[in-house]
Amino acid sequence: MADAKVIPFGDDPRAKRRPRRPARGRAGRAAAPLAPVPVQREEPQQPADAQSAPSGAAQAPEEGGWDRRLAHGLSFLRRRITGEYEVDDFGFDEELTEQVVMSALRPVYEKYFRVEVKGLENVPDKGAALIVANHSGTLPWDGLMLQVAVHDHHPAARHLRMLAADLVFRLPVVNELSRKLGHTLACTEDAQGLLERGELVGVMPEGFKGIGKPFSERYKLQRFGRGGFVSTALRAGAPIVPCSIVGAEEIYPMVGNAKTVARLFGFPYFPLTPTWPWLGPLGLVPLPTKWTIQFGEPIPTDGYSPEAADDPMLMFNLTDQVRETIQHTLYKLLVQRRSVFF
Amino acid sequence: MLVTGVARQLGGRFVRRILREPDVDRVIGVDAVPPEHRLGGAEFIRADIRHPTIGKLLAEHAVDTVVHMDVSGTSLAKGGSRAAVKETNVIGTMQLLGACQKTPSVKRLVVKSSTSVYGSAPRDPAVFTETTPPKSLPSGGFAKDTVEVEGYVRGFARRRPDVAVCVLRFANILGPCADSPLAEYFSLPVLPTVLGFDPRLQFVHEDDAIEVLRIATGEPARSTLNSGTFNIAGDGVLLLSQAARRLGRPTLPFFLPSVTWVGSVLRSVGVLDFSPEQVRLLTHGRVVDTAQMRETLGFHPRYSTADAFADFARSRGPGLLPPETLARTVDRIAALVPAGRGQN
Repeated sequence: MADAKVIPFGDDPRAKRRPRRPARGRAGRAAAPLAPVPVQREEPQQPADAQSAPSGAAQAPEEGGWDRRLAHGLSFLRRRITGEYEVDDFGFDEELTEQVVMSALRPVYEKYFRVEVKGLENVPDKGAALIVANHSGTLPWDGLMLQVAVHDHHPAARHLRMLAADLVFRLPVVNELSRKLGHTLACTEDAQGLLERGELVGVMPEGFKGIGKPFSERYKLQRFGRGGFVSTALRAGAPIVPCSIVGAEEIYPMVGNAKTVARLFGFPYFPLTPTWPWLGPLGLVPLPTKWTIQFGEPIPTDGYSPEAADDPMLMFNLTDQVRETIQHTLYKLLVQRRSVFF
Repeated sequence: MLVTGVARQLGGRFVRRILREPDVDRVIGVDAVPPEHRLGGAEFIRADIRHPTIGKLLAEHAVDTVVHMDVSGTSLAKGGSRAAVKETNVIGTMQLLGACQKTPSVKRLVVKSSTSVYGSAPRDPAVFTETTPPKSLPSGGFAKDTVEVEGYVRGFARRRPDVAVCVLRFANILGPCADSPLAEYFSLPVLPTVLGFDPRLQFVHEDDAIEVLRIATGEPARSTLNSGTFNIAGDGVLLLSQAARRLGRPTLPFFLPSVTWVGSVLRSVGVLDFSPEQVRLLTHGRVVDTAQMRETLGFHPRYSTADAFADFARSRGPGLLPPETLARTVDRIAALVPAGRGQN
């Protein structure tokens, strides 16, 4: 990664050359880079089963599993309707997330997108850390899948606290669910607050530029905001874990953007895909692509002086370093990928 | 010591409590209407803080501590207009501060403010600290009053640097004898809510409110400081849905545009004083950080948010769907299931 200092932006010839690589990869690469893939694929599958155990599903194989599950469900229901459960200051409802939302998302994660996770050992078992990932896919499925990946496959079953755009908190129902899932507004105060509490925070600094980019620009990382996430991590002394997500780009191929409609609703973009909005609600069904989530080596931030968080040069350098790591990992994963769907 | 707003429950309770302090020898209670409750050994003087007479009062009695509690969202008299409330809040504070400025004997000023100075908006951070600037300033109502009151208090603190000024921003105060709009709201048989929003709420118990006011009016204890601005709230948060379930009152969700309309209907029939800013609180919620309260002011609330709410719920009696009945129903169903026995 020594040559990773140049950022492919706009008309940079390297930027033009690189995105073609995925195409070559899909066209059928030699068998050599494919060899390690199945091996890695089996490895995270086992922790998956082991980890889902505490969240209730493991009672099934035991004797009378059905009855026990019903009793478990009833006691859960009893706590819910009497309001005897806890939420934290940010509105995170751990019980609801574990028992209901995770169970609902797990089939999507395991069966639909068949997510393959790599490099989870780079996520610390305890203490604060900031996971920085690329953002794509028109609707933020990638954030949800990242949360499931960390919760189900990490040995410490940690909850990832995602930072979300303010649009999320303006929309009814969405904001309620989002808060209960432990998400909060992407702002310095909240990120800092969570990191100081020793939480694992996830951020997608590309924001709307990343999630709402046209299909033709897939896997081209957008600008990383102003790099505010780096200074926040630096202030909290939390390591930054770069994370690359492959597969989310193709779930809704955005071929057009109806800007007038978007402005009408106050959305940053209004996607037009081959199925949306022509097929109505059917157009909301994502394409069943095969996903890979790779966590990179953590970048420590505790060696800097307290003033470093205000040094713009250092911020830019660190932001570029994170961005480059994610971009290169994306290319590497794309080369290894056999096809979009398998 | 001079206390304003003693005709309210909280003011009256505070006066009775502060009289028991050994270093307090005289307490003068002031309000525009005579209180219905006893004030213990305190003198009550009927005076309107909107009039300059308050200045004479301060000088005459050589007051050293002023506790300004007459900043509130609703008028005490039934059917009092919003304009009169605003006048008491804003003009009254200006008069009182003007009087304090001219009275050299005043050494300490405590102002009861509210966390509503932060407003409630989707773009706000999840947890407010004392220094968080609000993203959208409250546009009217009680919240705007408190913002203006705090502005005048800051101006006063600049002009009289020798006076110790303490601004206490209280979260919603609840307890057995709470008379705030939120307490009224939770007393409705069916709680109107905003569809698709579940706000996070924080409460302070009345006892804790009295206690923190006492700490603020006295000399600071060792290694604490009781001048400055502090958020006062119980630990933890409750979601509105959770609060409704614990109260045993069903909720009735409305679409956001129609909620304001429902609020004004309820207000016009006099059931509830449901201002637009209350609607915003019940849409987006508000949570404050209380680290300053613990570390600098040295106050540790006895009641958490959930405890304060439980105490309030006990005083209001069961709702339409008492949680105990629901729990018993579920237990009965569980007993019907063979394997469910011994599980709960």
